[in-house]
Amino acid sequence: MIEVKNLYKNFGKLEVLKDINCRVALQEVVCVIGPSGSGKSTFLRCLNLLEEPTAGDIYIDGINLTDKNTNINAVRQDVGMVFQRFNLFPHKTALDNVCLAPMKVKKLSRDEAEKIARELLDKVGLSDKADVYPEQLSGGQQQRVAIARVLAMRPKVMLFDEPTSALDPEMVGEVLAVMKDLAREGMTMVVVTHEMGFAREVGDRVIFMDEGRLVEEGTPEQVFGNPQNERTRTFLGKIL
Amino acid sequence: MDVVIENLPVLIFQGAKITLQITIISVAIGCLLGLIGGLSRLSRRKVLRFLATAYVDFFRGTPLLVQIFIVYFGIPKLLMDLQSFMVDSYGMTPVADSFALPRFLAAVIACSLNSGAYVAEIFRAGVQSIERGQMEAARSLGMTHGQAMRYVILPQAFKRVIPPLGNEFIAMLKDTSLLSVIGFAELTRNGQLIIARTYESFAIWLTVGFIYLIMTFTLSRIVDYLERRYKTGD
Ligand SMILES: Nc1ncnc2c1ncn2[C@@H]1O[C@H](COP(=O)(O)OP(=O)(O)O)[C@@H](O)[C@H]1O
Ligand SMILES: [Mg+2]
Repeated sequence: MIEVKNLYKNFGKLEVLKDINCRVALQEVVCVIGPSGSGKSTFLRCLNLLEEPTAGDIYIDGINLTDKNTNINAVRQDVGMVFQRFNLFPHKTALDNVCLAPMKVKKLSRDEAEKIARELLDKVGLSDKADVYPEQLSGGQQQRVAIARVLAMRPKVMLFDEPTSALDPEMVGEVLAVMKDLAREGMTMVVVTHEMGFAREVGDRVIFMDEGRLVEEGTPEQVFGNPQNERTRTFLGKIL
Repeated sequence: MDVVIENLPVLIFQGAKITLQITIISVAIGCLLGLIGGLSRLSRRKVLRFLATAYVDFFRGTPLLVQIFIVYFGIPKLLMDLQSFMVDSYGMTPVADSFALPRFLAAVIACSLNSGAYVAEIFRAGVQSIERGQMEAARSLGMTHGQAMRYVILPQAFKRVIPPLGNEFIAMLKDTSLLSVIGFAELTRNGQLIIARTYESFAIWLTVGFIYLIMTFTLSRIVDYLERRYKTGD
């Protein structure tokens, strides 16, 4: 589903990603872990070209993102992204947040878009919040609306950048529960997270990044139970 | 006191009314120019950015009074010279005896161009004040840059620019007094004319000042109200 080959990313002189290679299969859930500043967000943002790679190739569903002729807006419809800070549209209600892209990008009618939006809000447990503005929602609720907003585009892949890091502890569970449902339904997901419990339980594979390199990857059992690399052991020793 | 009461209707129903009219028209056109100018300054296209920056720098960096003189006296003179040149060099038949602009038109052109430059900066700042995550969220859903601007960024930016736009309106209301120098019959000019007749400069100028104050005070209360209303809800 996703294939990354020799990916490099520099910010000016700073080398943030160095020779990343990896694959994500259809319906696979890959969790990315690593210390702060190791390039996890940058890696994820390269996958929908919010950051332009300095070198390398990224294929999503067979389409080469770094090819100049690729219509990036079309690709992005298939690659949803959930942000750490939710980034809901504050001037729109929860329902309109979910409806906007289907109406403007996919040209659905208001009725069609609303029908889908209500179903999705129901799915994330917020059918009673349809007409509420983001500022009146808790962090956990906002993140669930953000997930519904992405789902409304019927993406093939979903990218999550620390979706629970900005949440109060008591709200982490509700967001993780929605993500677990998605994983169970077969959504292909790449999740940058500090929730090791989630990575262990839901992840099919775990990738450990450090200083811009993909240091180690394997099943959760391998990476958490028997890490091969010294740096992985140090990192896990600090956080577990 | 009699002289004030006697001339109050003229000051209000001719002077202040014209002042308000020219301000509303100029700021309205200024908003249009400012939207174009402000977005051009944020454009990825270098030429647009350069033109918009030159426009904004010129009209913010020179006095409105000079801009009024350029439009009212300078442009007609330029057109006249151009015509003479064409007549002398190419035997063209003259198209007009004079290119003098009606005062109203000159006033609108000068004030709109001036206002547009300030409004452009207001819009630019408004758009830039919207956090980057909004654009990223919109783009990551597959929207084009234009769609993201139109449906996500600009609606939020418009709310934020309402108070500074209100302040621009107030500033322009006062600055239109400069139009008196080309004989445009707004409030200040009406005051001048009454004093020329009555010699009551203290009473009339005080009255004129007071009428400006009432207008600006009312407007600034409205701006305050809007500011409070829009502070929440974004
Ligand atoms: N837009 C940017 N411009 C310059 N440097 C950046 C930018 N984004 C990230 N960086 C730098 O790249 C490095 C990796 O950042 P990031 O991908 O956010 O790491 P992580 O998500 O693992 O914490 C950091 O050193 C960060 O300062
Ligand atoms: Mg990060």
